Amino acid sequence: MSTTTENRTPILSARGVHKRYGNVTAIDGADFDLYPGEILAVIGDNGAGKSSLIKVLSGATIPDSGTVSLDGEEVRFKSPLEARKAGIETVYQDLAVAPALDIATNLFLGREKRRAGPLGSVLRMIDHKGMKAEADKQMKSLQIGIRSMSQAVETLSGGQRQGVAVARAAAWARKLVIMDEPTAALGVKESAQVLELIKRVRDNGLPVILISHNMPHVFEIADRIHVHRLGKRVAVVDPKETSMHDVVGIMTGAVVHDLEHPDEHDGAGGSRAASAEPGAEQAE
Amino acid sequence: MTQPQTQTAAGGGTGSGGQSAPPAGETGGGRTTPKVSGDRVAQLGPLIALLLACVFFTTQSEQFLEPGNFSLIIQQVMVIGTLAIGQTLIILTAGIDLSCGTVMALGSIVMTKLAVDSNVPPVIAILLGIVTCAAIGFLNGGLVVGLSLPPFIVTLGTFSIALALTHIYSKDKTISSLPSVMTKLGETFKIGGTAVTYGSLVALSLFALTWFVLKQTTWGGRVYALGDSPEATRLMGIPVKRQLLMVYVVAGVIYGIAALLLVARTGVGDPNAGQTDNLDAITAVVLGGTSLFGGRGTIIGTLIGALIIGVVRNGLVLMGVASIYQILITGILVIVAVSVDQIARKRG
Repeated sequence: MSTTTENRTPILSARGVHKRYGNVTAIDGADFDLYPGEILAVIGDNGAGKSSLIKVLSGATIPDSGTVSLDGEEVRFKSPLEARKAGIETVYQDLAVAPALDIATNLFLGREKRRAGPLGSVLRMIDHKGMKAEADKQMKSLQIGIRSMSQAVETLSGGQRQGVAVARAAAWARKLVIMDEPTAALGVKESAQVLELIKRVRDNGLPVILISHNMPHVFEIADRIHVHRLGKRVAVVDPKETSMHDVVGIMTGAVVHDLEHPDEHDGAGGSRAASAEPGAEQAE
Repeated sequence: MTQPQTQTAAGGGTGSGGQSAPPAGETGGGRTTPKVSGDRVAQLGPLIALLLACVFFTTQSEQFLEPGNFSLIIQQVMVIGTLAIGQTLIILTAGIDLSCGTVMALGSIVMTKLAVDSNVPPVIAILLGIVTCAAIGFLNGGLVVGLSLPPFIVTLGTFSIALALTHIYSKDKTISSLPSVMTKLGETFKIGGTAVTYGSLVALSLFALTWFVLKQTTWGGRVYALGDSPEATRLMGIPVKRQLLMVYVVAGVIYGIAALLLVARTGVGDPNAGQTDNLDAITAVVLGGTSLFGGRGTIIGTLIGALIIGVVRNGLVLMGVASIYQILITGILVIVAVSVDQIARKRG
């Protein structure tokens, strides 16, 4: 699988992304590639800048410089809403579902299906039946065994709740799904259910970016692993060919991985100069 | 360690031998079902309380069941009921509005004084009164949304502001000899021998309209979502701030309608009206089963809650109980309702 990715065009990629907050460089010339049909895990130590990178990809942060391309075309997301409109959905770790609302309502939150004709367009009436039917179809296609779509989300187990969040993202995403620590709040058994679900999302045709701290989870389902360190990508490894021990070594800097930028310090110096440029242009 | 074992053994013994196992299984299965039935009880609770109150007062007073009495209860309760509609919307967003009563009083003084003292055409005066209430709703919402202030404090402030403005503008005088347009809604017509005011019809229609909006439209659905989980609602791209501001403005408009109903019912613009109505409105909402934590509740519940207040007050009057005891009982009712809500949530 790792050999075939070389010839394909990435569905989402980033080149030379920089982001600074005051004196802190959060992203320091990071590159990124997600290919169709894969689960790409993004790992890195706390403060490595992986969440900053993900925020750029999901539209929550506007980078100082660098490019992001979706399907080979450059995109500039100004908000998560724009990224979502472009077909990128995000699943958040803290279960961004409304507990008192039912499953169907949660799946359509913010994108309610309205009744046909003037009832929908003028009176803005919700099509409860249609929403339930579509929710049922979506949950079945992902093999999430929940009987009633009118069940309140709070009556579900933690794993099932995250299942609702994943199903929602998968239902609306046209290009890819970003999952930010989707198993962080879950127990062992529930995590296993969600991991299976993530695989099914991939198998149904949506590539997945998985941000996780949990190495066993990453090695269980990732097709490739993007290792982030000191604000940039330092390695992309195949979990079948690399040991967990080595990946942790790359992550912490104990093992220097030979990739595009063998010399970290030089890259960092260059990036500072690059990130200063836009500001200078604006001043003139 | 051994004690629990002997207890189960003793339990098995009393259960006459082999039949002790199936009951244990039944209780295990029973644990999953109460969630659904518990919800149903939560919805039925207010209605049962209302019926129990009616049954109780029927046994205490012969006058209670007379049709004229029901008409009276409805007339008495409709102003508070209308305030409680606006209050329901705000409580559903996990907010609270302490200003509703004095805002209504301000609206009623604005519309009556403009019409009587300033010779503004009555219909325009009514609209300006409603606009005044909406403006204070906008102020409440703006402060809650814009500065992230707690609704409790903001509306405590506007409670006093509206109270003061009412007295300043009216110069503490009751405004009477109102144009007939303003008291029209206080007039009655007969349904099967029972006199019903037009105002009651307006209030009931407002309940029906609010039910429709909350249950059937995207706007209403988002009110629930906002109160249930503002974070999830925001993450899903719903403009949370605009929605919340709208709720406060809409509530203000509803208080303006309540002001008109109040004027129509009493026939005057009274600067001292509405000062304790905020607690009555909140009581009606809470008795109706709406959670103070937001996101859960129904407008039908609020109607029932308002009727409970009306029935209890009316019944106590018929029984000859002093009015201070009515206030005492209302206070107890709120605490009971909130406690029941809290206990039900913890179990579910």
